[in-house]
Amino acid sequence: MNLRYATVALYTLTRREVLRFARIWIQTMLPPAVTTVLYFVIFGKLIGSQIGPIDGHSYIEYIIPGLILMSVITNAYANVVASFYSSKFHGNIEEMLISPMPAYIILAGFIIGGVLRGLLVGGVVFGVSLFFGHLPYPDIGLTLLMLLMTAALFSMAGLINGVYAKSFDGISIIPTFVLTPLTYLGGIFYSLEMLPDFWRGVSLLNPIFYMINVFREGALGSSDIGAGLAIGITALFLAAFTAVCLYLLDRGVGIRT
Amino acid sequence: MTTALEISQLHKVYANGHVALKGIDLHVEHGDFFALLGPNGAGKSTTIGIVTSLINKTGGSISVYGHDIHRNPSQAKTHIGLVPQEYSFNQFEPVEEILINQAGYYGVPPREAKRRAREHLTQLGLWEKRANQARNLSGGMKRRLMMARALLHRPKLLILDEPTAGVDIEIRRMIWEFLTDLNRSGTTIILTTHYLEEAEKLCRNIAIIDDGQIIADSPMRSLLERLESESFTLYLREPLAEAPKLRSAQLRSIDSRTLELVTDKHTDLGEVFSELQAHNIKLLSLRNTSNRLEELFLKMVSPEQDINPS
Ligand SMILES: Nc1ncnc2c1ncn2[C@@H]1O[C@H](COP(=O)(O)OP(=O)(O)OP(=O)(O)O)[C@@H](O)[C@H]1O
Ligand SMILES: [Mg+2]
Repeated sequence: MNLRYATVALYTLTRREVLRFARIWIQTMLPPAVTTVLYFVIFGKLIGSQIGPIDGHSYIEYIIPGLILMSVITNAYANVVASFYSSKFHGNIEEMLISPMPAYIILAGFIIGGVLRGLLVGGVVFGVSLFFGHLPYPDIGLTLLMLLMTAALFSMAGLINGVYAKSFDGISIIPTFVLTPLTYLGGIFYSLEMLPDFWRGVSLLNPIFYMINVFREGALGSSDIGAGLAIGITALFLAAFTAVCLYLLDRGVGIRT
Repeated sequence: MTTALEISQLHKVYANGHVALKGIDLHVEHGDFFALLGPNGAGKSTTIGIVTSLINKTGGSISVYGHDIHRNPSQAKTHIGLVPQEYSFNQFEPVEEILINQAGYYGVPPREAKRRAREHLTQLGLWEKRANQARNLSGGMKRRLMMARALLHRPKLLILDEPTAGVDIEIRRMIWEFLTDLNRSGTTIILTTHYLEEAEKLCRNIAIIDDGQIIADSPMRSLLERLESESFTLYLREPLAEAPKLRSAQLRSIDSRTLELVTDKHTDLGEVFSELQAHNIKLLSLRNTSNRLEELFLKMVSPEQDINPS
């Protein structure tokens, strides 16, 4: 395993992933742009105008960071689960399995693909958000760090889903029944203080809540929780998911008989 | 001599409990052209799958050019090129894209991959199709696409699982020629096939696998020598009511103008012809119809079956 080999292999995987989602941009890039415009208009402008400021920010400004991060999460996940499952479905996962690429290169390729799609769509949503409000971004470093960690984490989650999926249903169950509820309940639309005690406790069990809060702290300068704790929790998840993904790929779970 | 592939005591039990391989041993030298024959379900694809890391083994060991596929998977894998039995490319990817990606997985940089893709696509008559999505190729073209794909990283050992299944005669000849040239220029080739003529024409060594076990493994020539009979179809000038009994061979009537002649390996054909003449049988033409390998095959896989009708 030399560096030159790793570079070529990783470049190839990345290029393949990007070409894949670029080829089907109407399915991959356009819908998130459309939905977020709707969110901004309906929740931000129409309903938001009825809600007073949160932490000194107008409601629409308050929800912009969460909406950006939500689109990053959804798209990073969707990209990897779809790409991985379709390569199982078409059989071209074998092209990777017979090649000398070790599991960590294959994993890195899928993560880069997911992160790039997440960032691109996140960028589109950010672009749209500029029509609705300008955020101060007092800690851009923190925002970017959280963005990358979250995108990588949900790329791996998508991969794990893809490994176990046995049908096209199998790739939409988790996003619909787990991921969407977790993001909606992750504090995109409200601050902890607005919740009754019980729901406040439930929110604290949701990992996405921490990510959105830290991301928002970087963007707005205010948060419900400390950044250090949230980064620590995300890093722990990252480490655990990396280990699980490497194990699954190495063992060939769901792909080798 | 370098050993290209060494398989010892390979066992495979599938998750559903099916025992597919019951202790396979195989040895293939560098430069060989090796045939792996066996009926449907014998375990050919399972063996190939394990060698190429697509299937997990249950027991045994495999090394490719001296690299154990478990201890040094990356080194072992760089030496192998695989043309699988089933299509294993993304049908929606363009032909050239498929090749360049596969090359990249082996560390061949894009520019060089493009050059090699052009070379192989041209050799295999697919260059015009390079921009097409793979699903728009015909079955024979898809097979050739997989051959090109297997060669981009210049493997020393090329494994083909039924490369000419569903391919027309002309393309089959082209593939045979291509493989022969490739073998001459130093690539070790292992292939499985149901076209027994193919193995006989191309391969120097042959192993027969049945029900997960190797039941024959020897040079092609010495295996063929074990054949005892040869059969011919005789086309007659004049209709014949009944096939006469001959001393030197067996004769069987197929229809009034066609006979089947089965001779022993040691039979003097001159004697057979003079006997035919004595019975006043006039021949229009004759054709050797024995598929020798087929016969051999039947004999090996089902020893209780008598292939020399008496
Ligand atoms: N994934 C699997 N799970 C369970 N059994 C399997 C699986 N794959 C193959 N088998 C069984 O293992 C045996 C060997 O199959 P294999 O594909 O190796 O045969 P083959 O020699 O390649 O046959 P063919 O000439 O038809 O391609 C068969 O009985 C088959 O049913
Ligand atoms: Mg097979």
